[in-house]
Amino acid sequence: MKRKLIAALMATAMTAALAVGCGGNGGGSSSEGSDEGSKEGGSDVITVGFAQVGAESDWRTANSESMKETFSEANGYELIFDDAQQKQENQITAIRNFIQQEVDYIVLAPVTETGWDTVLQEAKDADIPVITVDRMVDVSDDSLFVSYVGGNFQLEGAKACEWLKAYADAKGLKELNIAHIQGTIGASAQIGRTEGLENAAKEYGWNIVAQQTGEFTQAKGQEVMESMLKQHDNINVVYCENDNEAFGAIDAIKAAGKTVGPDGDILVISFDTVKAGIEATLSGDIICNVECNPLHGPRVAELIKKLEAGEELEKIAYVDEGIYAHGADVAKVTVDGTDYEVTEVTQEVIDGRKY
Amino acid sequence: MGKNKRKISGTGFLLLITVILFAVMYAAGMIVFSDKGFAKPQMFFNLFITNAGLLVISMGLTVVMISGGIDISVGSVTALVCMAAAYSMENMGMSAYTAVVIALGIGVAYGLVQGLLVAYLEIQPFIVTLAGLFFGRGMTAVISKEMISIKNETFLAWANYKIYLPIGSYSRRGKFLPAYIYPTVVIALIIVVIIILVMKFTKFGRSVYAVGGNAQSAMMMGLDVKKTKLKAYILDGVLAGCGGFLFCLNSCAGFVEQAKGLEMDAISSAVIGGTLLSGGVGTPFGTIFGVLIKGTISSLITTQGTLSSWWVRIVLSALLCFFIVLQSVLGNLKKKN
Repeated sequence: MKRKLIAALMATAMTAALAVGCGGNGGGSSSEGSDEGSKEGGSDVITVGFAQVGAESDWRTANSESMKETFSEANGYELIFDDAQQKQENQITAIRNFIQQEVDYIVLAPVTETGWDTVLQEAKDADIPVITVDRMVDVSDDSLFVSYVGGNFQLEGAKACEWLKAYADAKGLKELNIAHIQGTIGASAQIGRTEGLENAAKEYGWNIVAQQTGEFTQAKGQEVMESMLKQHDNINVVYCENDNEAFGAIDAIKAAGKTVGPDGDILVISFDTVKAGIEATLSGDIICNVECNPLHGPRVAELIKKLEAGEELEKIAYVDEGIYAHGADVAKVTVDGTDYEVTEVTQEVIDGRKY
Repeated sequence: MGKNKRKISGTGFLLLITVILFAVMYAAGMIVFSDKGFAKPQMFFNLFITNAGLLVISMGLTVVMISGGIDISVGSVTALVCMAAAYSMENMGMSAYTAVVIALGIGVAYGLVQGLLVAYLEIQPFIVTLAGLFFGRGMTAVISKEMISIKNETFLAWANYKIYLPIGSYSRRGKFLPAYIYPTVVIALIIVVIIILVMKFTKFGRSVYAVGGNAQSAMMMGLDVKKTKLKAYILDGVLAGCGGFLFCLNSCAGFVEQAKGLEMDAISSAVIGGTLLSGGVGTPFGTIFGVLIKGTISSLITTQGTLSSWWVRIVLSALLCFFIVLQSVLGNLKKKN
């Protein structure tokens, strides 16, 4: 009996210590928060809750950093950042939490495009505007989000194809046999970039010899490229829908004894322009890389300022995205009557980029 | 008899700690984050809204763990149920009611197959349910690799039907916002009550405890050990199917990557709630608090706003460690006495 009592006491002490530990921890970091809160009470600090997908890639990290930089205290914001670790259920929880915290705006980079009706309705009922970034949400009622900020994936595809057309003309390439490694089927980026290529192929009479998904990963990109090279020996262009697939494809091409680059057998076109991607563009492994700009922060801040001023927003707000190429063979491309400059990749360009 | 009494008091003691821990954590959150809405009643109900599916699934795991088994397939069963429900409604034009039947059917099938393999072929439950995990995730991808958004009107009406409660809070703009729950919460709570009653008062419930505590002596007492285990797995399967459907009502979509790692949340909730992995000890009532503690940790960390959400896992792991040590200390004490 005595022993049990001692054990009980010990256990209680441990629990208490743990509870105090937790409480103390939270208290330490949050008491600052609450102090700020009370100070901010009267002033016009804007609270923004940002539900981010995770930190799965360099692109994503750059995207998070852009938000953190833009919505800093110095700029008059308080950012509540939530990393969902690629789980939609975590994002739903986070948004419910933001609603109870009565944030002024919710910014959502959705893990999935679907399944947002219920929780976005809750946000709307609480009069909190939701801005989605990077990916669209597929909801039955469009008024559930005020605006979408992200890349124009179809334009990205079109830019890459226009560049390819101009480059082929400049180099006198007559016949283009394109291997097409698609992204994860159904993702906005895949749909837009595939559409861009398919339209151009139809228009310019290019030959898409093979088309298969590489699921946006290096391993799958390599696997797909290997099998495509076995089936077709006339491939001279590979159109990869992101940098990771391109890295895999380049490995596969080199392993098969072929060469890539301006003087090689195969031209590799890619998207996203992550750091390793632009470095590969400098070396010529990737001949043209169309950017998918992760710096969404300033664009979102612009929209929030408009909302604060009571202005109506356009439903879709695209970010500016550049074209990075190896060599200066093509100076600019034209899509739908608009000119887009092509940047020749140099070491300075790489050093000058934020991500 | 005396031994039995002590065991119960040990369980009761663990349970008490869990409940106190939850209360302390939540109270601390209410004080520290009072300006961030943590003290609002809706914050508390959100714990149930978000975790309704997990709550039901954890009930199933509690039963299986008390019987001495384990089930790590529940996360992929959830994904399969969501996908099957989404596919049947969106691509095959079935009604939401049929989708419920399909969900429960998947659960029963899972419980039956896994139960038979574990109970009658005496294969390690970990391996059996690991196979179940792979199968579920694989089948989900076979049905559709693409995300399916559920637009079925009946289903969305269920998912979005707010039940307003007589309490609430005032927003900063002075608007009164009544607290609300969704039907999923009501269903989950009803199921929890049923499981508590079944485990406490029915012959089946007592058999599960006996079989999990010591299968040998349970057999000598004339209990059908195999049948009890099979039943425990079937119940677990049904609860996984049901919990999966509740999960689906929360996310309104079918998706291959859904509910990844949910089985681990369910297992840790049961353990924090006082269920022993070795079987024979645990209560569904404790598991409720296991789920609530997990929910509270993640709300606390989201509310704090600057900590990486990986801290949820880190705090959970610390808690798990604490409870396992505590269980072991109590277990040793019991032996010595």
